[in-house]
Amino acid sequence: MTTRIPVVENILSANDRIADRNRQMLDELGVYAINIMASPGAGKTSFILKMLEALNGRLKFGVIEGDLATSIDAEKAMAAGLPAVQINTGGECHLDAVMLADALPALPLKDLNLVVVENVGNLVCPANFQIGTHLNVLIASIPEGDDKPYKYPSMYRGMQVLIINKIDLLPYVPFDMDYFKRGVEVLNPGVAIFPVSCKTGENMDAWVDWLLKKVNRENKK
Amino acid sequence: MHELAVTQSVLDIALKNAGTRKIKQINLVIGQFSSIVDDSVQFYWEFISKDTAAEGSLLHFERIPGEMTCQNCGHGFRPVGDTFDCPSCSSPFVRITKGEEFQVDSIDVE
Repeated sequence: MTTRIPVVENILSANDRIADRNRQMLDELGVYAINIMASPGAGKTSFILKMLEALNGRLKFGVIEGDLATSIDAEKAMAAGLPAVQINTGGECHLDAVMLADALPALPLKDLNLVVVENVGNLVCPANFQIGTHLNVLIASIPEGDDKPYKYPSMYRGMQVLIINKIDLLPYVPFDMDYFKRGVEVLNPGVAIFPVSCKTGENMDAWVDWLLKKVNRENKK
Repeated sequence: MHELAVTQSVLDIALKNAGTRKIKQINLVIGQFSSIVDDSVQFYWEFISKDTAAEGSLLHFERIPGEMTCQNCGHGFRPVGDTFDCPSCSSPFVRITKGEEFQVDSIDVE
């Protein structure tokens, strides 16, 4: 005799609960956290280093680097003077809430206003896993092409800020900005968009000013 | 490639709800915009459900197609090809109305 038991539970609810706990812990310490997601090569690490320059000491931040292997990114961040922790996922294509919970205590959180998490380079999987940050930032880049919102809708749906990097390449690469933004608007109506160049530093100030306002509003430190 | 983590979560939810009973089938509801490959989940399932109350059980996937509604003319449609523009009036002002489901809906036990 078979009985049907109704469940109706989000498949990743256990992960989401741990993510909520991470966020609570950060809130108690007065630390704001952002989760940077992008395909490999979009410029995540360069973007973080440019942020450091543009912030010019106005925020104290630490970095958590997620990669399948190596500590190249954490070393780059440390060389720039940032407290940094490397997570090697050992093949997992995304960070999850447990990995962040394990990594956070390795940063000097009491001395920080901001934690920047660099997720694994991937345009599919990280969108599904909340990690417990306050803001999901997606970096798109001009050479990737203008069709990415249509091909990776869940990623473009799951972010709260869109950075369009490598705008210095616009004169050399076919990229229909209007077509790109139309797709973004359907998936994420009214999302804040910052076109920048990590090479020239163009428009990094606009992003950093926006972030500063956000962090200062949330932080009690 | 995140199917292993997803499969593990499905098993955890099923076992929690089954109590001491034997699980025969797990009914999943997955929207088109939720990126997951059924075959991979099925592949992992046989390994990770071994020696649990879910060993030998079936995974049933109900796929929900993506649906959009035009904010300009009200037309409801399923997106096809490389555009989200409304096929009726060509407006780009459309919103997703269905296709983001990602749930364990129910389990069948005996």
